[in-house]
Amino acid sequence: MSILEVKDVNKRFGGLQALSHVNLSVAENSVHAIIGPNGAGKSTLLNCLVGKLIPDTGSVMFDGQSVLGRKPYEINQMGIARVFQTPEIFGDLTVIENVLIPCFAKRDGTYRMHAFEQVRRERALVEEAEHMLEDVNMQDKRDMHAASMSRGDKRRLEMAMCLVQQPRLLLLDEPTAGMARADTNNTIDLLKEIKQKRDITMCIIEHDMHVVFSLADRITVLAQGTPLVEDVPENIKGHPKVQEAYLGEAA
Amino acid sequence: MLGLDRKDTILLLVVALMALLAPVLLNPFPVNSPLAQFNAGYPDLMQRFAIFGIFAIGFNILFGLTGYLSFGHAAFLGVGSYSAVWMFKLLGYNVIPAIILSIIVAGLFALLIGWISLRRSGIYFSILTLAFAEMSFRLAYSVLTPLTNGETGLQVYTDDPQILLGDGPHVPHLFGMMMRSSTTIHAGPWEFTLPVGYYVCAVLLLASFYLAIRIFRSPFGMMLRAIKSNQTRMNYTGLSPRPYTLAAFVISGMYAGLAGGLMASMDPLAGAERMQWTASGEVVLMTILGGAGTLIGPILGAGFIKYCENIFSKINEGVLHGWFGGLPDGVENALIWVAEHFVGSGWHLTLGLLFMLVVTFLPGGLVEGGQRIGRFAFRRRDRKASDAESDAAKQRNPAE
Ligand SMILES: Nc1ncnc2c1ncn2[C@@H]1O[C@H](COP(=O)(O)OP(=O)(O)O)[C@@H](O)[C@H]1O
Ligand SMILES: [Mg+2]
Repeated sequence: MSILEVKDVNKRFGGLQALSHVNLSVAENSVHAIIGPNGAGKSTLLNCLVGKLIPDTGSVMFDGQSVLGRKPYEINQMGIARVFQTPEIFGDLTVIENVLIPCFAKRDGTYRMHAFEQVRRERALVEEAEHMLEDVNMQDKRDMHAASMSRGDKRRLEMAMCLVQQPRLLLLDEPTAGMARADTNNTIDLLKEIKQKRDITMCIIEHDMHVVFSLADRITVLAQGTPLVEDVPENIKGHPKVQEAYLGEAA
Repeated sequence: MLGLDRKDTILLLVVALMALLAPVLLNPFPVNSPLAQFNAGYPDLMQRFAIFGIFAIGFNILFGLTGYLSFGHAAFLGVGSYSAVWMFKLLGYNVIPAIILSIIVAGLFALLIGWISLRRSGIYFSILTLAFAEMSFRLAYSVLTPLTNGETGLQVYTDDPQILLGDGPHVPHLFGMMMRSSTTIHAGPWEFTLPVGYYVCAVLLLASFYLAIRIFRSPFGMMLRAIKSNQTRMNYTGLSPRPYTLAAFVISGMYAGLAGGLMASMDPLAGAERMQWTASGEVVLMTILGGAGTLIGPILGAGFIKYCENIFSKINEGVLHGWFGGLPDGVENALIWVAEHFVGSGWHLTLGLLFMLVVTFLPGGLVEGGQRIGRFAFRRRDRKASDAESDAAKQRNPAE
C-alpha cells in the first residue's frame, strides 16, 4: 500500500526546469530515500509535498487525499511532518519549550490555548515533552536557549519536534548534512530506533551514502529534475546510471 | 501565590507596594524647597503614570510577545475615551459602566483592524495599523462629528439624558467617591496627596499587570513567543499563527481601551488628538525604552517618559536663569540658549536623544540597564558565584 503518490509533477523556476515528470510512490511503513547530486531538485520536490511550492502540473496524493492547494499547516494536520535542510526551530525559546509547542498543538490544528493556565502546571504534556527529549538524548539541554546550540543539536531538536506530533509520514531533508561522523551515526541509530518503535513512513533526502544504505528500503535517484531509477539499495549501488549522475557532478 | 511562581509573586508585590506608596515616594522634597519642582506626587501626573502603564503593558503583550509592531494603538485609546464619555452622557457619572464599555468597544474595534492588518507582517503590518489610526483620527474630525463632537471634543452637557444620574455627584465617581477628590497629609514640611482617582487607576494597573504575567506564563504566551521566533516552523507544526496574533492584538487593544476609559474618567472629556500618530508612537517608545518583552519594562518606560515630560516641559527660561545666574553674563546667555532647546516645548528633543542613547547602548531597555547594574554590584561582592548568575540573566534578556 502506498501512502504517498506523486504523479507526473513538473515545476519550473523561470527558465529552469527544476522538476520534470516526477513519479514517486512511497510504501506505507517503509523508509524511502531520494538521492541525487546538488541541484537535482530534491528539496524542490519536498517543498511540493508540504505545500511550500505548488507544482505546475501533476498530482500529489497523501493517503488517498490530494495535498495540492492546501496550506502548509493543513498538510501537517493530515500527518506529514518535515525536517528542514537548515533547521527551523523556535530559536528564542528554550529546548523544552520548543518541544512543548507541538505537544500543546492538537492534530486538528487547534492549540490548547488556556491563556490562564500555566505551562509548568500541565504535567502530562511536560512529561510527554521530556520523554521525547530523552528519546533524542537531549535531556541535559532541556533549559538551554535553542538558538545557542550546535547545528547537529538543532536538527535533533527539530526531529524531536516533528516526532512528538506522531506523524504518519516524516520527511527529512539531509538530516545529517554538516554533522560529524559520530553525530551522523547517532542520527542513524535514532532513526532506526524510531522506525522500530512506531508505525511511521520516512522519506529521506540524503547525500551521505552510508546513511542511505543503512536506512533505506527503497531508493529513488533524481538527476536534473527527473527520476533516473528506483530500486532496492542492493541494485542501486552498482547501477551504471547512478554512477554516471554522480560522476557527472564530480567532473 | 495567585498561581504565580516565587519570582513573579515578588515582582507583583513590589509593583503593588510602589503603587500604594507612590504619593509618598514621588514627593521626596518638602513643599517649600527649591527642589519641589521635581516632585511628581500630584494627582494628575500619578494618574498618567498608571494609565500609560496600563497602555504600555497591553502594547507589550502584542509587540513584546509576537513582535508585531503596531503604530496605531492610540486609535483604541481614543475609542475607549469616546465610549466612556458617551456612558457619562447617557447613563450617568459612575465610572464602572464607562470603563466596561470602553474595553468592549476598543476590543471590537481592534478585532476589525487586527483582522485586516494581520494579513501582512513586518513593516506592512505597521503601516496598515498606522493608516487605520490616522483614518480614525481624520474621521473623528469630519464625518463622525455627531459621535465625537469634532474639534470641540466630546463632553457632557446638562441637557444630556444621564438616566442613572439620580442625586449622585455631577463629576465622575465610583459609587459616590469622586475621582477628583483627595486627602492631603501634612508631615512637617512635606505634603502628600492621596487622590481617589489615582487609586482607582492603580488598582486597575495592578489587575492589568497580574493578567499580563499570567498571559506571559501561559501556553498562549509561549505560543506568541514562538510566533515571534519562527513562523515557518509554526506553520509546519500544523498551526496557523493568525488566530493567535489576532487574539493578542485584541487583548492589547482592550488594554488600550481601558487606558482611554480611565483617561475620560479622570477628566470627562475626549478629543480626537488622543488618536494621533504621535500618541501611537509614544507607547512604542515607552515599551522599547523600558524593555520590550519584559514584564516590568513597559511600566518603567511609561513612568520614565511621563516623568521626564513633566519635569522637562516645566523648566522655562526663568528657571534656567535661576540655575545659571551665578555665571558671567555671556556664558549664562550661551548656556541658556543651548539649554532652552531641550526644555519646555523642546522637551521632545531630549526624549529623542534619550531614546537614541537607550536603543544604542541598552537594546534591552531600562530593564537591561537595571540588570547590568545589578550584575556589576553583585560581581564586586562575590566574584566567584556571579558567573552562573550573570549567564542566567543574559539568557533572560529580552530578544532584541
Ligand atoms: N524558489 C526557487 N526559485 C528559483 N529557483 C529555485 C528555487 N528553489 C530551487 N531552485 C532551483 O531549482 C534547482 C533545484 O534545487 P533544489 O531542489 O534545492 O536542489 P537539491 O536537490 O540540491 O535540494 C536548483 O537549480 C535551484 O537553484
Ligand atoms: Mg536541497
